[in-house]
Amino acid sequence: MSRLAEWTAQRVLITDGAWGTRLQELGLDPGEIPDAWNLAHPGRVEQVAREYVEAGSDVILTNTFRANRITLAAAGLADRTREINQSGVALSRRAAAGRARVAASIGPTGKMLMTGEFTPEDLHAAFLEQAEALAAAGADALLIETMSDLEEARIALRAARTTGLPVIVSFAFDTGRNRDRTMMGVTPEQAAAEMQAGGADAVGANCGAGIERFPALCARMRRACSLPVWIKANAGLPEWREGRAVYSTDPTEFAAHLRALVEAGASFVGGCCGTSPDFVRALVAAREAL
Amino acid sequence: MADLAKLYEAILNGDQKTAVAVTQEALAEGCDPMELITKHMVPAMDEVGRRFECEEYFVPELLLSARAMKGSLELLRPLLAASGAQPAGRVVIGTVKGDLHDIGKNLVASMLEGGGFEVIDLGADVPPERFIEAVREKNARIVALSALLTVTMPAMRRTIDALKEAGVRDQIKVMVGGAPVTPQFAEEIGADGYGENATAAVALARKFVQAG
Repeated sequence: MSRLAEWTAQRVLITDGAWGTRLQELGLDPGEIPDAWNLAHPGRVEQVAREYVEAGSDVILTNTFRANRITLAAAGLADRTREINQSGVALSRRAAAGRARVAASIGPTGKMLMTGEFTPEDLHAAFLEQAEALAAAGADALLIETMSDLEEARIALRAARTTGLPVIVSFAFDTGRNRDRTMMGVTPEQAAAEMQAGGADAVGANCGAGIERFPALCARMRRACSLPVWIKANAGLPEWREGRAVYSTDPTEFAAHLRALVEAGASFVGGCCGTSPDFVRALVAAREAL
Repeated sequence: MADLAKLYEAILNGDQKTAVAVTQEALAEGCDPMELITKHMVPAMDEVGRRFECEEYFVPELLLSARAMKGSLELLRPLLAASGAQPAGRVVIGTVKGDLHDIGKNLVASMLEGGGFEVIDLGADVPPERFIEAVREKNARIVALSALLTVTMPAMRRTIDALKEAGVRDQIKVMVGGAPVTPQFAEEIGADGYGENATAAVALARKFVQAG
Protein backbone atom coordinates (compact mmCIF):
# COMPACT_ATOMS: atom_id res chain seq x y z
CA MET A 1 0.00 0.00 0.00
CA SER A 2 1.44 3.35 -1.02
CA ARG A 3 1.82 5.87 1.76
CA LEU A 4 1.10 8.54 -0.86
CA ALA A 5 -2.41 7.24 -1.56
CA GLU A 6 -3.75 9.67 1.00
CA TRP A 7 -2.08 12.62 -0.77
CA THR A 8 -3.66 11.79 -4.10
CA ALA A 9 -7.05 10.47 -2.98
CA GLN A 10 -8.96 13.62 -3.94
CA ARG A 11 -7.53 14.72 -7.27
CA VAL A 12 -4.41 14.81 -9.38
CA LEU A 13 -1.72 16.88 -7.67
CA ILE A 14 0.16 19.53 -9.60
CA THR A 15 3.88 19.58 -8.87
CA ASP A 16 6.41 22.20 -10.00
CA GLY A 17 8.54 23.01 -13.06
CA ALA A 18 12.21 23.51 -13.87
CA TRP A 19 14.57 25.12 -11.35
CA GLY A 20 17.94 25.25 -13.12
CA THR A 21 16.85 27.54 -15.94
CA ARG A 22 15.10 29.92 -13.52
CA LEU A 23 18.22 30.05 -11.32
CA GLN A 24 20.23 30.94 -14.41
CA GLU A 25 17.90 33.86 -15.06
CA LEU A 26 18.70 34.91 -11.50
CA GLY A 27 22.44 34.81 -12.22
CA LEU A 28 23.60 31.20 -11.88
CA ASP A 29 26.58 30.68 -14.21
CA PRO A 30 26.11 28.06 -16.91
CA GLY A 31 27.85 24.96 -15.66
CA GLU A 32 27.89 26.13 -12.03
CA ILE A 33 26.28 23.45 -9.85
CA PRO A 34 22.82 24.86 -8.90
CA ASP A 35 22.85 23.08 -5.52
CA ALA A 36 25.76 25.28 -4.37
CA TRP A 37 23.33 28.21 -4.33
CA ASN A 38 21.50 26.70 -1.33
CA LEU A 39 24.43 28.11 0.65
CA ALA A 40 25.70 30.94 -1.60
CA HIS A 41 22.36 32.54 -2.57
CA PRO A 42 19.61 31.00 -0.44
CA GLY A 43 17.28 33.96 -1.07
CA ARG A 44 17.25 33.36 -4.81
CA VAL A 45 16.63 29.61 -4.38
CA GLU A 46 13.76 30.35 -2.01
CA GLN A 47 12.37 32.80 -4.55
CA VAL A 48 12.13 30.05 -7.19
CA ALA A 49 10.39 27.76 -4.70
CA ARG A 50 7.98 30.57 -3.75
CA GLU A 51 7.17 31.30 -7.41
CA TYR A 52 6.00 27.70 -7.79
CA VAL A 53 3.96 27.76 -4.58
CA GLU A 54 2.31 31.00 -5.72
CA ALA A 55 1.59 29.48 -9.13
CA GLY A 56 -0.41 26.76 -7.36
CA SER A 57 1.95 23.81 -6.97
CA ASP A 58 0.61 21.23 -4.50
CA VAL A 59 4.05 19.65 -4.27
CA ILE A 60 7.37 21.43 -4.75
CA LEU A 61 10.83 19.94 -5.05
CA THR A 62 14.13 21.02 -3.53
CA ASN A 63 17.30 22.33 -5.17
CA THR A 64 19.20 19.16 -4.25
CA PHE A 65 19.18 17.13 -7.49
CA ARG A 66 22.99 16.89 -7.60
CA ALA A 67 23.62 17.03 -3.85
CA ASN A 68 25.03 13.55 -3.35
CA ARG A 69 28.65 13.34 -2.20
CA ILE A 70 29.90 11.71 -5.42
CA THR A 71 28.50 14.45 -7.67
CA LEU A 72 29.35 17.29 -5.28
CA ALA A 73 32.95 16.01 -5.04
CA ALA A 74 33.44 16.77 -8.74
CA ALA A 75 32.56 20.40 -7.93
CA GLY A 76 34.80 20.46 -4.87
CA LEU A 77 31.82 20.56 -2.49
CA ALA A 78 31.86 17.10 -0.91
CA ASP A 79 32.38 18.42 2.61
CA ARG A 80 29.28 20.63 2.27
CA THR A 81 26.97 17.72 1.37
CA ARG A 82 24.91 17.75 4.53
CA GLU A 83 24.51 21.53 4.70
CA ILE A 84 23.52 21.83 1.03
CA ASN A 85 20.77 19.22 1.48
CA GLN A 86 19.48 20.63 4.74
CA SER A 87 19.42 24.15 3.38
CA GLY A 88 17.64 22.95 0.24
CA VAL A 89 14.80 21.45 2.29
CA ALA A 90 14.64 24.42 4.66
CA LEU A 91 14.29 26.87 1.73
CA SER A 92 11.50 24.87 0.05
CA ARG A 93 9.69 24.38 3.35
CA ARG A 94 9.82 28.07 4.15
CA ALA A 95 8.52 28.94 0.68
CA ALA A 96 5.78 26.32 0.98
CA ALA A 97 4.72 27.64 4.38
CA GLY A 98 2.27 24.77 4.74
CA ARG A 99 0.59 25.50 1.39
CA ALA A 100 2.53 22.83 -0.51
CA ARG A 101 4.26 19.58 0.35
CA VAL A 102 7.99 19.21 -0.15
CA ALA A 103 9.35 16.22 -2.08
CA ALA A 104 13.11 16.37 -1.76
CA SER A 105 15.01 15.68 -4.97
CA ILE A 106 17.70 13.01 -5.29
CA GLY A 107 19.28 12.69 -8.74
CA PRO A 108 21.62 10.05 -10.15
CA THR A 109 25.32 10.12 -9.27
CA GLY A 110 26.25 10.47 -12.95
CA LYS A 111 28.54 7.47 -12.58
CA MET A 112 27.97 4.08 -14.17
CA LEU A 113 28.22 1.11 -11.85
CA MET A 114 29.29 -1.21 -14.64
CA THR A 115 32.46 0.75 -15.34
CA GLY A 116 33.62 -0.18 -11.83
CA GLU A 117 34.67 3.39 -10.98
CA PHE A 118 32.35 3.25 -7.98
CA THR A 119 30.95 0.21 -6.15
CA PRO A 120 27.31 -0.37 -5.16
CA GLU A 121 28.44 0.27 -1.56
CA ASP A 122 29.87 3.68 -2.56
CA LEU A 123 26.56 4.64 -4.17
CA HIS A 124 24.52 3.36 -1.24
CA ALA A 125 26.61 5.39 1.21
CA ALA A 126 26.20 8.55 -0.90
CA PHE A 127 22.43 8.14 -1.26
CA LEU A 128 22.01 7.26 2.41
CA GLU A 129 23.90 10.37 3.52
CA GLN A 130 21.79 12.58 1.24
CA ALA A 131 18.46 10.92 2.17
CA GLU A 132 19.18 11.22 5.89
CA ALA A 133 20.09 14.91 5.58
CA LEU A 134 16.92 15.62 3.58
CA ALA A 135 14.74 13.71 6.03
CA ALA A 136 16.31 15.36 9.08
CA ALA A 137 15.55 18.78 7.58
CA GLY A 138 11.85 17.94 7.36
CA ALA A 139 11.09 16.78 3.81
CA ASP A 140 7.59 15.26 3.40
CA ALA A 141 8.77 12.68 0.86
CA LEU A 142 11.88 11.74 -1.09
CA LEU A 143 11.92 11.84 -4.89
CA ILE A 144 14.58 9.78 -6.67
CA GLU A 145 14.44 11.16 -10.22
CA THR A 146 15.90 11.05 -13.74
CA MET A 147 17.17 7.51 -13.18
CA SER A 148 18.30 5.36 -16.09
CA ASP A 149 20.02 2.40 -14.41
CA LEU A 150 17.75 -0.04 -12.58
CA GLU A 151 20.55 -1.07 -10.24
CA GLU A 152 21.37 2.51 -9.22
CA ALA A 153 17.64 3.18 -8.69
CA ARG A 154 17.34 0.08 -6.49
CA ILE A 155 20.30 1.19 -4.38
CA ALA A 156 18.92 4.72 -4.01
CA LEU A 157 15.47 3.36 -3.09
CA ARG A 158 16.94 1.06 -0.45
CA ALA A 159 18.88 3.98 1.06
CA ALA A 160 15.89 6.36 0.93
CA ARG A 161 13.54 3.86 2.57
CA THR A 162 15.61 3.72 5.74
CA THR A 163 14.43 7.28 6.54
CA GLY A 164 10.83 6.08 6.90
CA LEU A 165 9.58 8.75 4.47
CA PRO A 166 7.44 7.91 1.42
CA VAL A 167 9.69 7.42 -1.63
CA ILE A 168 8.91 8.18 -5.29
CA VAL A 169 11.22 6.78 -7.98
CA SER A 170 11.13 8.36 -11.43
CA PHE A 171 13.02 7.37 -14.59
CA ALA A 172 14.10 9.30 -17.71
CA PHE A 173 12.88 7.51 -20.84
CA ASP A 174 14.94 9.21 -23.53
CA THR A 175 16.21 6.37 -25.71
CA GLY A 176 14.90 4.42 -28.67
CA ARG A 177 12.73 5.44 -31.58
CA ASN A 178 9.70 5.79 -29.32
CA ARG A 179 11.66 7.28 -26.42
CA ASP A 180 10.32 4.50 -24.21
CA ARG A 181 13.57 3.10 -22.85
CA THR A 182 16.07 4.63 -20.50
CA MET A 183 19.62 5.10 -21.69
CA MET A 184 20.39 1.74 -20.07
CA GLY A 185 17.54 0.05 -21.94
CA VAL A 186 15.03 -0.14 -19.04
CA THR A 187 11.33 -0.26 -20.03
CA PRO A 188 8.48 1.47 -18.12
CA GLU A 189 7.18 -1.97 -17.12
CA GLN A 190 10.51 -3.07 -15.66
CA ALA A 191 10.97 0.21 -13.82
CA ALA A 192 7.48 0.12 -12.27
CA ALA A 193 7.55 -3.53 -11.25
CA GLU A 194 11.08 -3.42 -9.85
CA MET A 195 10.47 -0.26 -7.83
CA GLN A 196 7.23 -1.62 -6.41
CA ALA A 197 9.09 -4.78 -5.41
CA GLY A 198 11.73 -2.57 -3.76
CA GLY A 199 9.09 -0.85 -1.63
CA ALA A 200 8.56 2.45 -3.51
CA ASP A 201 5.42 4.48 -2.75
CA ALA A 202 5.12 5.85 -6.27
CA VAL A 203 6.85 5.38 -9.61
CA GLY A 204 7.19 7.78 -12.47
CA ALA A 205 8.73 9.26 -15.57
CA ASN A 206 10.44 12.61 -15.89
CA CYS A 207 12.57 14.51 -18.40
CA GLY A 208 13.60 12.57 -21.48
CA ALA A 209 10.98 13.62 -24.00
CA GLY A 210 8.18 16.06 -24.75
CA ILE A 211 4.89 15.74 -22.88
CA GLU A 212 3.06 14.08 -25.79
CA ARG A 213 5.04 10.90 -25.09
CA PHE A 214 4.04 10.71 -21.43
CA PRO A 215 0.42 9.44 -21.46
CA ALA A 216 1.64 6.17 -23.04
CA LEU A 217 4.54 5.86 -20.57
CA CYS A 218 2.16 6.58 -17.69
CA ALA A 219 -0.38 3.95 -18.80
CA ARG A 220 2.37 1.35 -19.16
CA MET A 221 3.73 2.03 -15.67
CA ARG A 222 0.22 2.04 -14.22
CA ARG A 223 -0.51 -1.39 -15.70
CA ALA A 224 2.76 -2.84 -14.41
CA CYS A 225 2.22 -1.94 -10.74
CA SER A 226 -0.39 -0.77 -8.25
CA LEU A 227 1.35 2.47 -7.23
CA PRO A 228 0.48 6.12 -7.94
CA VAL A 229 2.32 7.47 -11.01
CA TRP A 230 4.42 10.64 -10.98
CA ILE A 231 4.86 12.50 -14.31
CA LYS A 232 7.16 15.46 -15.00
CA ALA A 233 7.54 16.10 -18.71
CA ASN A 234 9.78 18.37 -20.75
CA ALA A 235 8.30 21.25 -22.76
CA GLY A 236 9.17 19.48 -26.01
CA LEU A 237 12.72 19.10 -27.22
CA PRO A 238 15.15 22.02 -27.17
CA GLU A 239 15.81 23.93 -30.36
CA TRP A 240 18.81 26.15 -30.69
CA ARG A 241 17.93 29.77 -31.50
CA GLU A 242 20.35 32.68 -31.41
CA GLY A 243 22.73 31.05 -29.00
CA ARG A 244 20.23 29.68 -26.49
CA ALA A 245 18.02 26.66 -26.01
CA VAL A 246 14.34 27.24 -26.69
CA TYR A 247 11.71 24.62 -25.86
CA SER A 248 8.98 24.17 -28.40
CA THR A 249 5.85 23.64 -26.24
CA ASP A 250 4.07 26.61 -24.62
CA PRO A 251 2.14 26.42 -21.30
CA THR A 252 -1.30 26.09 -22.92
CA GLU A 253 -0.21 23.29 -25.26
CA PHE A 254 1.53 21.60 -22.36
CA ALA A 255 -1.50 21.72 -20.07
CA ALA A 256 -3.74 20.39 -22.85
CA HIS A 257 -2.13 17.00 -22.18
CA LEU A 258 -3.33 16.91 -18.55
CA ARG A 259 -6.57 15.12 -19.39
CA ALA A 260 -4.77 12.35 -21.28
CA LEU A 261 -2.33 11.95 -18.41
CA VAL A 262 -5.09 11.71 -15.81
CA GLU A 263 -6.95 9.21 -17.99
CA ALA A 264 -3.71 7.22 -18.20
CA GLY A 265 -3.65 7.10 -14.40
CA ALA A 266 -1.27 9.92 -13.40
CA SER A 267 -1.55 11.07 -9.77
CA PHE A 268 1.12 13.79 -9.94
CA VAL A 269 1.75 16.04 -12.95
CA GLY A 270 4.37 18.73 -13.40
CA GLY A 271 7.07 19.95 -15.74
CA CYS A 272 10.75 19.27 -16.23
CA CYS A 273 13.23 21.02 -18.59
CA GLY A 274 11.85 24.12 -20.31
CA THR A 275 8.89 24.65 -17.95
CA SER A 276 8.22 27.58 -15.59
CA PRO A 277 5.57 28.82 -13.11
CA ASP A 278 3.39 29.70 -16.13
CA PHE A 279 3.22 25.98 -16.93
CA VAL A 280 2.09 25.25 -13.37
CA ARG A 281 -0.62 27.93 -13.61
CA ALA A 282 -1.79 26.41 -16.89
CA LEU A 283 -1.90 22.92 -15.31
CA VAL A 284 -3.89 24.21 -12.31
CA ALA A 285 -6.38 25.89 -14.68
CA ALA A 286 -6.64 22.76 -16.81
CA ARG A 287 -7.37 20.68 -13.71
CA GLU A 288 -10.32 22.94 -12.89
CA ALA A 289 -11.70 22.22 -16.36
CA LEU A 290 -11.37 18.43 -16.11
CA MET B 1 43.52 -24.43 -33.49
CA ALA B 2 42.07 -21.29 -31.99
CA ASP B 3 38.38 -21.04 -32.82
CA LEU B 4 38.20 -17.55 -34.27
CA ALA B 5 34.42 -17.60 -34.60
CA LYS B 6 34.50 -17.67 -30.82
CA LEU B 7 36.44 -14.38 -30.81
CA TYR B 8 33.69 -12.78 -32.86
CA GLU B 9 31.01 -14.23 -30.57
CA ALA B 10 32.86 -13.21 -27.41
CA ILE B 11 33.08 -9.58 -28.50
CA LEU B 12 29.47 -9.56 -29.69
CA ASN B 13 28.37 -10.99 -26.31
CA GLY B 14 30.64 -8.75 -24.26
CA ASP B 15 32.59 -11.70 -22.85
CA GLN B 16 36.01 -10.20 -22.19
CA LYS B 17 37.47 -13.32 -20.60
CA THR B 18 36.80 -15.49 -23.63
CA ALA B 19 37.86 -12.75 -26.06
CA VAL B 20 41.23 -12.44 -24.34
CA ALA B 21 41.69 -16.23 -24.06
CA VAL B 22 40.98 -16.85 -27.76
CA THR B 23 43.24 -13.96 -28.74
CA GLN B 24 46.10 -15.38 -26.68
CA GLU B 25 45.59 -18.80 -28.19
CA ALA B 26 45.51 -17.38 -31.72
CA LEU B 27 48.69 -15.38 -31.16
CA ALA B 28 50.45 -18.42 -29.71
CA GLU B 29 49.58 -20.24 -32.93
CA GLY B 30 51.09 -17.43 -34.97
CA CYS B 31 47.93 -15.73 -36.30
CA ASP B 32 48.46 -12.33 -37.89
CA PRO B 33 47.27 -9.64 -35.41
CA MET B 34 46.00 -7.37 -38.18
CA GLU B 35 43.93 -10.20 -39.61
CA LEU B 36 42.39 -10.94 -36.18
CA ILE B 37 41.31 -7.33 -35.96
CA THR B 38 40.00 -6.80 -39.46
CA LYS B 39 38.42 -10.21 -40.06
CA HIS B 40 36.95 -11.00 -36.64
CA MET B 41 36.99 -8.17 -34.14
CA VAL B 42 35.95 -5.16 -36.21
CA PRO B 43 33.08 -7.12 -37.82
CA ALA B 44 31.92 -8.05 -34.30
CA MET B 45 31.91 -4.40 -33.24
CA ASP B 46 30.08 -3.50 -36.46
CA GLU B 47 27.40 -6.03 -35.53
CA VAL B 48 27.26 -4.53 -32.01
CA GLY B 49 26.67 -1.14 -33.63
CA ARG B 50 23.96 -2.57 -35.86
CA ARG B 51 22.17 -4.13 -32.89
CA PHE B 52 22.40 -0.82 -31.02
CA GLU B 53 20.82 0.98 -33.97
CA CYS B 54 18.03 -1.64 -34.03
CA GLU B 55 17.45 -1.23 -30.29
CA GLU B 56 18.38 -4.82 -29.55
CA TYR B 57 21.41 -3.53 -27.66
CA PHE B 58 21.53 -0.63 -25.22
CA VAL B 59 24.34 1.12 -23.37
CA PRO B 60 25.22 -1.78 -21.04
CA GLU B 61 25.72 -4.18 -23.96
CA LEU B 62 27.79 -1.58 -25.83
CA LEU B 63 30.05 -1.11 -22.84
CA LEU B 64 30.56 -4.83 -22.31
CA SER B 65 31.42 -5.40 -25.97
CA ALA B 66 33.76 -2.41 -26.04
CA ARG B 67 35.48 -3.81 -22.95
CA ALA B 68 35.91 -7.24 -24.54
CA MET B 69 37.31 -5.57 -27.68
CA LYS B 70 39.69 -3.50 -25.59
CA GLY B 71 40.92 -6.59 -23.74
CA SER B 72 41.91 -8.23 -27.02
CA LEU B 73 43.33 -5.04 -28.52
CA GLU B 74 45.63 -4.58 -25.54
CA LEU B 75 47.29 -7.89 -26.44
CA LEU B 76 47.52 -6.99 -30.12
CA ARG B 77 48.63 -3.35 -29.95
CA PRO B 78 52.26 -3.94 -28.92
CA LEU B 79 52.63 -6.41 -31.80
CA LEU B 80 51.06 -3.99 -34.24
CA ALA B 81 53.28 -1.15 -33.04
CA ALA B 82 56.35 -3.38 -33.42
CA SER B 83 55.37 -4.17 -37.00
CA GLY B 84 54.91 -0.46 -37.73
CA ALA B 85 51.12 -0.57 -38.13
CA GLN B 86 49.37 2.61 -37.04
CA PRO B 87 46.12 2.91 -35.07
CA ALA B 88 43.07 3.93 -37.10
CA GLY B 89 43.59 7.47 -35.86
CA ARG B 90 44.27 9.51 -32.78
CA VAL B 91 41.31 11.20 -31.08
CA VAL B 92 41.35 13.80 -28.31
CA ILE B 93 38.06 13.63 -26.41
CA GLY B 94 36.56 15.57 -23.51
CA THR B 95 33.43 17.12 -22.01
CA VAL B 96 33.60 20.89 -22.49
CA LYS B 97 34.30 23.46 -19.80
CA GLY B 98 31.59 23.90 -17.19
CA ASP B 99 30.06 20.47 -17.81
CA LEU B 100 30.89 17.68 -15.36
CA HIS B 101 28.96 14.91 -17.13
CA ASP B 102 31.09 12.10 -18.46
CA ILE B 103 28.89 9.06 -19.13
CA GLY B 104 28.30 9.87 -22.80
CA LYS B 105 31.90 10.92 -23.33
CA ASN B 106 33.20 7.71 -21.70
CA LEU B 107 30.92 5.61 -23.85
CA VAL B 108 32.11 7.30 -27.06
CA ALA B 109 35.73 6.91 -25.91
CA SER B 110 35.22 3.16 -25.29
CA MET B 111 33.56 2.65 -28.65
CA LEU B 112 36.31 4.59 -30.45
CA GLU B 113 38.94 2.41 -28.76
CA GLY B 114 36.89 -0.61 -29.75
CA GLY B 115 36.96 0.77 -33.30
CA GLY B 116 40.74 0.76 -33.27
CA PHE B 117 41.35 4.44 -32.50
CA GLU B 118 43.91 5.69 -30.02
CA VAL B 119 41.94 7.83 -27.58
CA ILE B 120 43.35 10.62 -25.44
CA ASP B 121 40.67 11.23 -22.83
CA LEU B 122 40.93 14.64 -21.16
CA GLY B 123 38.00 13.98 -18.80
CA ALA B 124 35.17 16.41 -18.00
CA ASP B 125 35.07 20.20 -17.51
CA VAL B 126 37.95 20.63 -19.96
CA PRO B 127 39.02 24.22 -20.80
CA PRO B 128 39.80 25.05 -24.46
CA GLU B 129 43.54 25.43 -23.73
CA ARG B 130 43.80 21.77 -22.75
CA PHE B 131 42.26 20.64 -26.04
CA ILE B 132 44.78 22.84 -27.90
CA GLU B 133 47.66 21.48 -25.84
CA ALA B 134 46.63 17.87 -26.43
CA VAL B 135 46.22 18.39 -30.18
CA ARG B 136 49.73 19.87 -30.37
CA GLU B 137 51.44 17.36 -28.10
CA LYS B 138 49.79 14.23 -29.43
CA ASN B 139 49.41 15.34 -33.01
CA ALA B 140 45.78 14.20 -32.96
CA ARG B 141 43.66 14.25 -36.11
CA ILE B 142 40.26 14.34 -34.45
CA VAL B 143 38.82 16.31 -31.52
CA ALA B 144 35.56 15.04 -30.00
CA LEU B 145 33.57 17.41 -27.78
CA SER B 146 30.76 16.36 -25.46
CA ALA B 147 28.11 18.36 -23.54
CA LEU B 148 25.03 17.16 -21.67
CA LEU B 149 23.60 20.54 -20.65
CA THR B 150 22.01 23.10 -22.94
CA VAL B 151 23.79 25.75 -20.86
CA THR B 152 27.24 24.35 -21.56
CA MET B 153 26.73 23.99 -25.30
CA PRO B 154 28.14 27.50 -25.91
CA ALA B 155 31.44 26.20 -24.50
CA MET B 156 31.62 23.95 -27.57
CA ARG B 157 31.61 27.01 -29.79
CA ARG B 158 34.23 28.69 -27.61
CA THR B 159 36.44 25.59 -27.80
CA ILE B 160 36.23 25.51 -31.60
CA ASP B 161 36.95 29.25 -31.76
CA ALA B 162 39.97 28.77 -29.49
CA LEU B 163 41.26 25.95 -31.71
CA LYS B 164 41.02 28.36 -34.67
CA GLU B 165 42.80 31.14 -32.84
CA ALA B 166 45.57 28.76 -31.81
CA GLY B 167 46.09 27.91 -35.48
CA VAL B 168 45.41 24.18 -35.14
CA ARG B 169 41.86 24.07 -36.49
CA ASP B 170 42.93 23.16 -40.05
CA GLN B 171 44.90 20.09 -39.00
CA ILE B 172 41.96 18.47 -37.19
CA LYS B 173 38.37 17.42 -37.64
CA VAL B 174 36.01 18.39 -34.83
CA MET B 175 33.03 16.20 -33.92
CA VAL B 176 30.40 17.08 -31.32
CA GLY B 177 27.71 15.15 -29.47
CA GLY B 178 25.58 14.95 -26.33
CA ALA B 179 21.89 14.82 -25.51
CA PRO B 180 20.95 18.44 -26.39
CA VAL B 181 23.30 18.76 -29.40
CA THR B 182 21.75 18.77 -32.87
CA PRO B 183 23.22 18.60 -36.40
CA GLN B 184 22.00 22.15 -36.90
CA PHE B 185 23.90 23.33 -33.83
CA ALA B 186 27.03 21.47 -34.94
CA GLU B 187 26.93 23.28 -38.25
CA GLU B 188 26.25 26.63 -36.64
CA ILE B 189 29.33 26.46 -34.42
CA GLY B 190 31.59 25.26 -37.22
CA ALA B 191 32.08 21.64 -36.21
CA ASP B 192 32.90 19.12 -38.95
CA GLY B 193 30.31 16.61 -37.81
CA TYR B 194 27.74 15.46 -35.29
CA GLY B 195 27.30 11.99 -33.82
CA GLU B 196 23.85 11.13 -32.49
CA ASN B 197 25.22 8.29 -30.38
CA ALA B 198 28.40 6.33 -29.70
CA THR B 199 28.19 4.10 -32.75
CA ALA B 200 27.46 7.08 -35.00
CA ALA B 201 30.52 8.78 -33.51
CA VAL B 202 32.73 5.84 -34.51
CA ALA B 203 31.31 5.87 -38.06
CA LEU B 204 31.97 9.61 -38.26
CA ALA B 205 35.54 9.26 -36.99
CA ARG B 206 36.19 6.55 -39.60
CA LYS B 207 34.83 8.84 -42.30
CA PHE B 208 37.14 11.63 -41.18
CA VAL B 209 40.17 9.37 -41.27
CA GLN B 210 39.32 7.94 -44.69
CA ALA B 211 38.72 11.41 -46.11
CA GLY B 212 41.82 12.74 -44.37
